Amino acid sequence: MGLENLLLGFQIALTPTNIFIALIGILLGTIIGVLPGLGGANGVAILLPLTFTMPPTSAIILLTSIYWGALFGGAITSILFNIPGEPWSVATTFDGYPLAKEGQSGQALTAAFTSSFVGAFFSIVLITLFAPLLAEVALRFGPPEFFAIQLLTFSSFVGLGGGNPLKSLATILIGFILSTVGLDIVTGQLRLTFGFTDLMKGFDFIVAVIGLFGVGEILLSVEEGLRFQGAKTIMNMRVVLDTWKILPRYYRTFIRGSIIGFWMGFKPGGATPASFMSYAFAKRFSRHPERFGKGEIEGIVAPETAAHAAGVAAILPMITLGIPGSPTAAVMLGGLIIWGLQPGPMLFIDKPDFVWGLIASMYTGNVIGVIVVLAFVPFFAAILRIPFAILTPLIIVICAIGSYAVHNSMIDIWYMLIFGVIGYIFKKLDYPLAPLVLALVLGDMSENALRQSLIMSQGSLAIFFMRPIAAVITALAIFFFLLPALTPWLRKVRGLATRVAAPTHD
Amino acid sequence: MRGINFVTAGALMLMGGIVIYDALRLGIGWGTEGPQSGFFPFWLAAILVAISMMLLLQTLLQRSEKPFVTGERFVPVLKVLGPLAGFIVLTDPPGPWSGLGLYVAAGLYLGFYMRWVGRHDWRAVVALSLGIPVITFLIFETWFLVPMPKGPVETWFGY
Repeated sequence: MGLENLLLGFQIALTPTNIFIALIGILLGTIIGVLPGLGGANGVAILLPLTFTMPPTSAIILLTSIYWGALFGGAITSILFNIPGEPWSVATTFDGYPLAKEGQSGQALTAAFTSSFVGAFFSIVLITLFAPLLAEVALRFGPPEFFAIQLLTFSSFVGLGGGNPLKSLATILIGFILSTVGLDIVTGQLRLTFGFTDLMKGFDFIVAVIGLFGVGEILLSVEEGLRFQGAKTIMNMRVVLDTWKILPRYYRTFIRGSIIGFWMGFKPGGATPASFMSYAFAKRFSRHPERFGKGEIEGIVAPETAAHAAGVAAILPMITLGIPGSPTAAVMLGGLIIWGLQPGPMLFIDKPDFVWGLIASMYTGNVIGVIVVLAFVPFFAAILRIPFAILTPLIIVICAIGSYAVHNSMIDIWYMLIFGVIGYIFKKLDYPLAPLVLALVLGDMSENALRQSLIMSQGSLAIFFMRPIAAVITALAIFFFLLPALTPWLRKVRGLATRVAAPTHD
Repeated sequence: MRGINFVTAGALMLMGGIVIYDALRLGIGWGTEGPQSGFFPFWLAAILVAISMMLLLQTLLQRSEKPFVTGERFVPVLKVLGPLAGFIVLTDPPGPWSGLGLYVAAGLYLGFYMRWVGRHDWRAVVALSLGIPVITFLIFETWFLVPMPKGPVETWFGY
């Protein structure tokens, strides 16, 4: 049954219009990924208003293609300029930049793009297989289960995200609070507007993303006085083919990276830890661990495979559960709502052409993507040689256009400026931004799920523990929320245990 | 770093307080149709206040001599923020005044920043501050049909 659906999807994804859209998306996405201040989430947010009038399937193909392009583009800046465009390309710089400095940038880039492609492809195949199954399970979910899953989503930021758990919690709460500003559609009351008509519309997540990630990132990079001094690129068919001859040697790293990436990726915030984990594993199992960090190809293969597998896997919970696994997926989810689609398992029944068109376009988009980036690397690298006094105002103007286009309102450009300053301060103080955006996007859905659950139970929170699936997920979420508090205690218990156990050894 | 951490945690606490105040007005209990409007915001804000208190404590206990930002490194940040605010005001100032529209303001902003910060050649400044707004105008207004705020110059050209 899955195969016919996929064929139906390919019929949609392979129309000339949609192939052209995918190509444009990849090109734009790669440029976005290369430019500082314009990451995947932000780029998708800016271009989202342009898709309001497009058919939803073409619109999602454009946005996902931008996402793939941005993922590829991140590798270019990491390898050639030693600047990780995204947090999950940090590990790529370890071996990518040294290799590029030796004059092997062509080899490094080919390895990175190929690994990205392999990781992405692995995840797409798994999504094709698992998405319908997961959607079927999710169809049986009620509001308590959905609320529990949302809790789990946010608890994993707190428990597994690293960094200060209090700060992660604080940004989650800020996101949720901002999402409640404006008209409460259930009761018809105005919330947190304090008589200001401008606040009635609430805060749009698109503007928040553009401000926090776009303007905030630019402020940070001018403060750090970033200068782009890149390695030269030598890229031709010969280098590509020669590198492809070496790569099969690392098949174990490819497989390990893909699995780590997929496993980490469908949980939120998973791409960055996945890339580091894959790098660490590759180093441990390598016969030449001492070469890592000095320009070892395997050190590029490992993080890139995992990061892309994770980036693609983030789409899985978005289409099946309506819960995005990454900020970029969150922006796309917001897009679904704007195009009039209800994210969640019902999509597979109501809009099979949309879902399968999207899944099929992930195959075509990544194939087009790897060809485009391999062919146009010098062009993309040249973008970073544009003087920053031109790039900075240009990016800001594009951000302003994107913010204004959401509601055709000037106040959104001012919000963009304010969110930019907040983003800059939060980044410097290590308040994570991704949970804030996710909370802002999911706010209404979470509140509705909570309300409906409480109505079902006449106001008792016990409902989250009485239904078996909800209970398991809620328990897991509570465990993750408490994990940072438990860790020192667990360590102490274990420490004491070893101390007690130690004398028996001698 | 300590100072700004302190201020941020304080601001979060203030934000929580304001939200709680409005939530209490809306009602945080059980209405005829389930939880009242203030229910969700109230609990969010209550937890936020608790967390910002813990963050304040954490900041008090931590010793960090590292400054948030040095004056000299902060100048370029202000040089981005100042002209950006100017660009927004020129586009369409708040209040009854009409602005120049986004494209003209963008051209002026680009040219100003290029000359002031980048010290680029006048010819490049003029070329780009004319060319880039024209290209973006063609892309957004004619191709994607996304209307931006317009001013006298666009009206003069018949848009």
